[in-house]
Amino acid sequence: MGFIQFLIDPVTFIARWLQMLLAGWGVPAGWTQFILFVLGAGALGTGALMFTIALIWFERKLIGRFQDRFGPNRVGPWGIFQPFADMGKIFTKEYITPDGADPVPFYLAPILVVMSVVSLWAVIPFTLTVVGVELNVGVLYIIGIGGIGELAIIFAGWGSNNKYAMLAAFRALAQLISYEVPMVIALLVPVMFAGKMGLNDIARAQDIWYIVLCPLAALIFFITSTAENGRTPFDLLEADSELVAGFNIEYSGLRFGFYYVADFLHAFTIGLLFAILFLGGWRGPFVEQVPVLGVFYLFAKAGIVYFIGNWMRASLPRFRIDQMMDINWKILTPTALVLVMLTAVVDKLIASELLYLQAAVLFVLNVVLLVVIGKVIDWYWAHRPRPKVVATPRPVARYERSSAQSHPGAGQ
Amino acid sequence: MTIMQIIFLITASVTLFAALMVVSTRKMMHAAMWLILVLFGVTITFALLETRFFAIVQLVIYIGAIAILIIFAVMLTRRSMNADVPQVNRNWWLVMVSSLALFVGLVTVMSVWEGFFVTARTAPPGGENLVQLGTALVDPNGFVLPFEVASLVLLAAMVGAIYVAAERKEK
Amino acid sequence: MIPLSWFLTFSAALFCIGLFGVLARKNAVAILMGLELMLNAVNINLLAFWCYLYGKDLSALVFVAIVFVAAAAETAVGLALIISAYRARNTAVADELNLLKG
Repeated sequence: MGFIQFLIDPVTFIARWLQMLLAGWGVPAGWTQFILFVLGAGALGTGALMFTIALIWFERKLIGRFQDRFGPNRVGPWGIFQPFADMGKIFTKEYITPDGADPVPFYLAPILVVMSVVSLWAVIPFTLTVVGVELNVGVLYIIGIGGIGELAIIFAGWGSNNKYAMLAAFRALAQLISYEVPMVIALLVPVMFAGKMGLNDIARAQDIWYIVLCPLAALIFFITSTAENGRTPFDLLEADSELVAGFNIEYSGLRFGFYYVADFLHAFTIGLLFAILFLGGWRGPFVEQVPVLGVFYLFAKAGIVYFIGNWMRASLPRFRIDQMMDINWKILTPTALVLVMLTAVVDKLIASELLYLQAAVLFVLNVVLLVVIGKVIDWYWAHRPRPKVVATPRPVARYERSSAQSHPGAGQ
Repeated sequence: MTIMQIIFLITASVTLFAALMVVSTRKMMHAAMWLILVLFGVTITFALLETRFFAIVQLVIYIGAIAILIIFAVMLTRRSMNADVPQVNRNWWLVMVSSLALFVGLVTVMSVWEGFFVTARTAPPGGENLVQLGTALVDPNGFVLPFEVASLVLLAAMVGAIYVAAERKEK
Repeated sequence: MIPLSWFLTFSAALFCIGLFGVLARKNAVAILMGLELMLNAVNINLLAFWCYLYGKDLSALVFVAIVFVAAAAETAVGLALIISAYRARNTAVADELNLLKG
C-alpha cells in the first residue's frame, strides 16, 4: 500500500515522511517547514542544473543533425559523455580577472545569471501536487525574475572594464527591456481567461488548452521569450562578428560556464513556461489519479516547444538591431495591445458557460488578426521608405584592369 | 525566537547596512549596487508582511526598472564628480545629528503608543486578496479616481521625461 | 511572531538614512537614491500597519500602489532632468547647478 502511494506521488510522499520524522524528533513546526523548504529548494536547484547536462548534449546533437553534421560522437556511445568532458575542461581552466575590473559586480554577475533562471523553477507546477511555492502571483514573478537577469548583464558589462562588453551589455539591455513590454501584455491573456495569476491555477483552469483560445498570444510569448533568452534569431547580444563575444567576453573557466548553463537551462525553462501557460501544463489522461504522470506530460510538452526553439535557432539568420527594434515596437506591441482588448471584449460578451462557442470565436478572431497583421506588414514592406540611389555603385576592384596592370596603384 | 524573527533580523541588519553604504560610499556605481541590495531587503520585508503581490511588484518596478534607470544615469553622468573627494556637504554633521534626532524622536513617540507592541495580525494569511484589490481600483465607489489620476501622472511623467532628456538637433 | 514595533523601527531607521542621503550628498543621482530609500521606508510602514491593524481595509494597499507609481514617475523625471542638466552644464553636482542664483 505504502509503496503504491510512493509510486503515485513520490515527492509528496517523501515530504510527508520527512515532516513526520522531524515532528518525531521534536522539531518545532516553523523549523520543520523551513527545513523542508531548504531541502526542496536544494533538490530543485540541483535537479535543474543536472538536467542541464543532458540538455547540452541533446541540443548539440540536435543542432548537429539540423546542420547535416553528427554532433558530438567521440566520448562514449553517441557522445553522451561529451558534456562531462566539457565540464572537466571548464573546471580546470584558469580564472582570469581583467585589469581594472570592478570585482564585486564582476564576480556577482555569473551567479545572478544562473539565479535568474533557476529561480523560475520555484513556481513551476511539475504536477498537480508538486510545486515549489504555490505563489498567487506566479506570472508577475516570472517577469520580476527577468529583471534580475537584466541586472546581471549590466553588472557583467560594467565589471569587465571592456568597451565591447559594455556595448554588448547596453545592446542586450535594450533588447531585454523592449521585449518585456509585449511579453507582459501577451501574458495578460491567459491570466484573463483563468482569472488567476498563479501558474498552477492557470494549468488547472485549462479545460481547453489556451493555445486554441489565443494562438496569437502564444506566438508573441514564444517570440519574446526567445528574445529574452537571446537566442538566434535574436542573438544580437553575443553577435561574435560585431561585438567579439558579447557581455561575457572577459569571463573564463567556470564563470563562463555559468553563462553557458544559464543559456541552455533558460531555453528549456521557456518551454516549461509555455507548456504551463498555453499547453495545459501537467494536464493529461489519468493525471488526477496518478499525479506523477503530470511530470511526464509537462516535460513532453516542454520538449516539443524546446525542439521548435532549436529548429528556429538552427534555421534563421540573425536580425539587425534596427529590425529587432522594429519587430518589437511596430509589430509585436501593437498586436498584443489589440489582442488584449479583443480578448477582453469577447470574454465579457460570451458567457463562460458557452466554452466551445467562446473558444471558436476567439480562435477565429486570432486567425483574422494574424491575417490582417500579415497584410499590413506586406503593405508596409511594399511601400517602405527606400534610400535614394545617388550614384551607380562602383566596384572597388575590377577584374579586367587588374589583369592588365600587374600593380593596382600604378596606373593612377 | 522563531525562524521568522531570525529571518527578519538578518534581513533588517543587512538592509540597514546596505542603506548606510548607499549614502556613504564614494563611488556612485557602488552606491547604486548597494541600493539594489536595499531593494532586495525591502522585497523580503514585504514578503514577511504577508503581501506577496507587493513583494513581487517591488521586484518588478524597483529592481527591474528603477535600479536599472539609476545605473544608466550613473553611467551617463560618470565624469561629473571625482570619486576621491568627499561626496557630502560641508554641513553633513548637522544633517547627521538631525537625522539621528528624528529617528530617536520617532521611536520615542511610537513607543508610548499602545499599538506599538502588537503581535497579532489581521491580514489574511495567504497574501492579500488580489481580486478585491483589483475590483476596488476600478470601482466608482472605491478608488477609481486616484487610480486614474495616478495613471495620468505616470503618462505625463513619461512624456515629460522623454521630452526633457531627448537630444535636440540644432539646425 | 514578529511584533509590529520591529517593522516600524526598521522603517524609521531606513527613512532617516534616506533623509541623510538626500540632505547631505552632493551628487544629484545620490540624492535621488536617498529619495528611493525614503519611499521604500514609507511603503514598509504602510504595509506593516495594513498587516497588523487594518487587514480588512484595502486603502493601505491602494496607497502603496500609488506610492509605487509616484516613485516611478519621480525617478523618470528626476533622472531625465539630471541628464539634461549634465548635458547643458557638464555637471551632476547639485551645488553647481546655480544658474538661477542672483
